This record gives sequence, structure tokens and C-alpha cells, in this order.
Amino acid sequence: MSTIPEFCNAAGSGASLLDEARDLLAHEHLLRSLVMRDLTVRYKRSVLGVFWTMLNPLLMMLIFTLVFSAFFRFQIKHFEVYFLSEYLPWIFFSQTTVASMVSMAWNGPLMKRVRIPKSIFAVSTTLSGIANLAISCIPLAIIMLIKGAPLSSAVLFLPVSFVILGAFTLGVSLTLSSLSVYFADIKETYQAAVFGLMYLAPIVYPMSIVPEEYLRFVRLNPMVHLLQIVRDPIYYGRLPTLSDLMISSVWALAALISGWLVFRKLSAGFYAQL
Amino acid sequence: MKAIEFDGVTVRFPATRIPFVKEWFVRKLRGTAAVDTFAALSDVSLDIEHGECLGLIGSNGAGKSTLLRVAAGVITPSAGRAVVRGAVAPLIELGTGFDAELDGRENIFFNGALLGRSQGTMRARMDEIVEFSGLGQFIDLPLRTYSTGMVARLAFSIATAVDAAVVLLDEILAVGDASFRERCEERIRSFHQSGCTILLVSHDLASIEKLCDRVVFLEEGRIVALGNPSEVIRAYGERSGSYELRHDRSVSLAAPGLT
Repeated sequence: MSTIPEFCNAAGSGASLLDEARDLLAHEHLLRSLVMRDLTVRYKRSVLGVFWTMLNPLLMMLIFTLVFSAFFRFQIKHFEVYFLSEYLPWIFFSQTTVASMVSMAWNGPLMKRVRIPKSIFAVSTTLSGIANLAISCIPLAIIMLIKGAPLSSAVLFLPVSFVILGAFTLGVSLTLSSLSVYFADIKETYQAAVFGLMYLAPIVYPMSIVPEEYLRFVRLNPMVHLLQIVRDPIYYGRLPTLSDLMISSVWALAALISGWLVFRKLSAGFYAQL
Repeated sequence: MKAIEFDGVTVRFPATRIPFVKEWFVRKLRGTAAVDTFAALSDVSLDIEHGECLGLIGSNGAGKSTLLRVAAGVITPSAGRAVVRGAVAPLIELGTGFDAELDGRENIFFNGALLGRSQGTMRARMDEIVEFSGLGQFIDLPLRTYSTGMVARLAFSIATAVDAAVVLLDEILAVGDASFRERCEERIRSFHQSGCTILLVSHDLASIEKLCDRVVFLEEGRIVALGNPSEVIRAYGERSGSYELRHDRSVSLAAPGLT
């Protein structure tokens, strides 16, 4: 070793964003094995693993297709595809944010004994969530084939949509997982809330049924835009609108900044709380 | 340049916890959200030379492990700072990063990653680690089949195989059987000879005296004595002897039925 690594553990100001990023890169191996561990646990028995991941969305798809397509008689072509194109990114968001809190609690003992960048758990759950989201696009494509829904080259834009959605999710995860170290009731409260929040975005219903006077408020929900930029390429076969892209990116940036600020303020006290 | 510098390190922990958001809001409204703290370390300044083996002794709660964790970078000081020069191998509570479902070899990779080592690096040291751990064919079984002593042996073998310049050891001599303990001591000695800086926390005063160049005696988060091992250990013995006497008496008064 030519240069001696020097590490200064000083009171006061939390780590800078640059330091944390550098630290994450230095722990690339750990990040990789955390993600691999998440994925192998899920996909260990490979076929069954993919099936399990898709079981919830497929079940929900059947129920919602029955209720909204047959009972409510929404005039939506290929309702299954319409629904899944937003439900899949939605469960990515809801499962990842919950998983980040679980991961923090589970890996708390590690943080108490080895110096690792404390944001690594929020980052690794987001990365494995993205991987799951990408994998779940395969069954979706099969359903589209069966239903005869057109598949446009606009889906090539999806990686960009996933990055924006992933950034937003990481920001929210940082905030929630930091708070959950301090407060035991955060996770339960959030889980209950996130279940209801799903109905505030047009995942199962068309935006057209929302009365004019409520539209303004519905559009305040960041998920409306973040999910739309995923649905557009898959269901409508078109690129997202510039306005949706801009609003999504601003929300993602805002979530990242606030998540980082909360994390930085709280992370020094994790040791005493875990 | 010193290997480790503690410069006025103070560590304060909250004495109470507010476990619920609801409670925090209520307290915030009443203006009682601030909680009392206690000092686990108070203004500790200490320099450790390159290649030195320093022992930390003191009764439970004296701040030994806290000081070790500040050096490991796990605890951020409330005041002051610690500077550590060189790659650190923290051996604080053995078997921390282990996954019960993974086998020995997979755990070696995961622990290596925790310490910032690649799979390739760990693969190169694999045979040596397995050999030193003395686990034999158990290395291919899931960790849940291991005894506590076996987990400890694996952890020690991994942490000491990662080429660190600074080694932090917390109570590792307390686990494992006599022969493993002997091998631990041997390895600590060989670290020492190869120029590693070692911080060693132990209640095993005989080992401390054998292995260390200098010893620090901590009490209630402060340094009481620092210097020659046998002298500091004697000072500790005198102080703690009187403590235990007092402690024993209070126990027997409080619970006369217990022996």
C-alpha cells in the first residue's frame, strides 16, 4: 500500500455528500453482496421466485380487472396492461421504502461494529428493487402479447423513467429509514398510509373519472407523475410528456435533497438508538 | 505521525429514549423533547504510536468499548476527534456480520465485503482462513450448525487475514477454548511483530500484561492511569478490589436470599 488511508472521526458536522458517495464506492463489494443477497433470497428457486414476485401483482390484476372492468365498466382497453403499467412501479416504490426500514433494523448490529456508510442499506434496497421491477417487466410483456396489446419502441425510454422513479424512492427511503431508527411506530404508520395512498393515483381508475375541482389536488401527488412516465411508454406506446418528466425530476430531486438532509442530521445518533 | 490520536474525545449518549413519534410531538409541544444525556467518555486524549500494542482495562461501563468504537469510526464523538491512520480491522463482538443461513465460505466473502475486501482478495486468503479457523468440514455447512466457539474462531480468522495496519480487539480472548485462545495470543503477538498497531480490550489481566506495551486504565469515561502494564494493572487491582467489596455488600443487603 502506497498511501496510508487516514480516517478522521470528528464531532460536529455530519458527513458531506461527497464523502458519503466516496465511501459508498469504497464499499462497492458490500453493496454488491447486499443486492445479491436480496435477489438470491427472492429468486433462489428461480422459476418459483419470479412467480412469487408476480403473484401479488397478478392476483391484484385479476381482482381489479373483474371489479373495474366488469362491475364498474370502465371503458379501458387492455385493462390488465393499463393497471400493471402503474401497479408494478407502485409496488416497487411501496415495497422498497418499507424494505429500507426493515433493512436498517436488521442490519443495525452491523453498523454498531463495523464502519460502513450508513446510507448503504437505503441504496442497496433501492437497487435490488429496481432489479425486481425490471424482472417483473418480463411477465408484463408476456401478458401484453397474450392480450394483443401493442408494444412500442417507446419502451426503450423506460430505463430513464426507472432512474427518476428510483431517485425519488431512494430519497423517501433515506428519510423514512433514518426516522424509523428513532421511532418504532414509523413503519406501521407508513405501511397503513401507503396502502391507502395507492388510490390517490390513477392506478386502477382512469384520470377522466376525477371531477374537475379535484384534479388540481390529485396532480399534487408526486406519484401521479412518476407513475405516468412509466405508463406512457408501456401502455400508450409514446414518450412521456415533457411536463410529466420535469415535474417527476423536480420531485425526485426534492426527495433526494430532503432525504439526505434528514439522514445527515440523524445518522450520527443511530448508534445510540439501534 | 501517530497511528491513532484521540483528541479530547467526549461521547454522550441519550439517557432516555422517546420511542414514538406521537410522544415526541407531545413532548415537543410541552417543550420537554430534549432528553438527558450521560457521558460514556469524557475528554479523553491519547496518542498511540505505530506498532504499539495498547491494552484497555477498567470495570464494566468504564468506556473501554466506547473508545474502541470511536477508533473504529462506528461512534461519532460528541466533542473532540479521533484520527486513525491505516486500514482498520475491527474485531468488536465476534460474528457480527454473519448470516446463519450461509455456509462458512459464503460468510467469509460477506465479511470480507464488510471490511471492504473484494471476492478475489478473500478467495486468495480462503485456504489460510479455513486452516486457521480449524473448522474442517464444517466450513461447508450453514453457520447455524456452528457452536459459539466455532463462530468466534471463524470471525477471528477472517478479521486477522485482511491485512490491516490497525487492529481493534474487544474481548476476543474471552471466547473459544484454551487452545484457540493460545493461538489468538500467538497471532496477536505476530501482528505486533509485523508492525501492526493493536488496541486490546480485555478483562484477562494476565494476557494484557503479557501482550501489551502500555496499558490504559479507564474509569467512568476518564483515563485514570496510563503507562507500564504491571503498574497500571496493580493500580486497577487496588481500585477495583475496593469496588467489588462495596458492590458485594450492597447485593447481599438487597437480596439476602441470594448467594
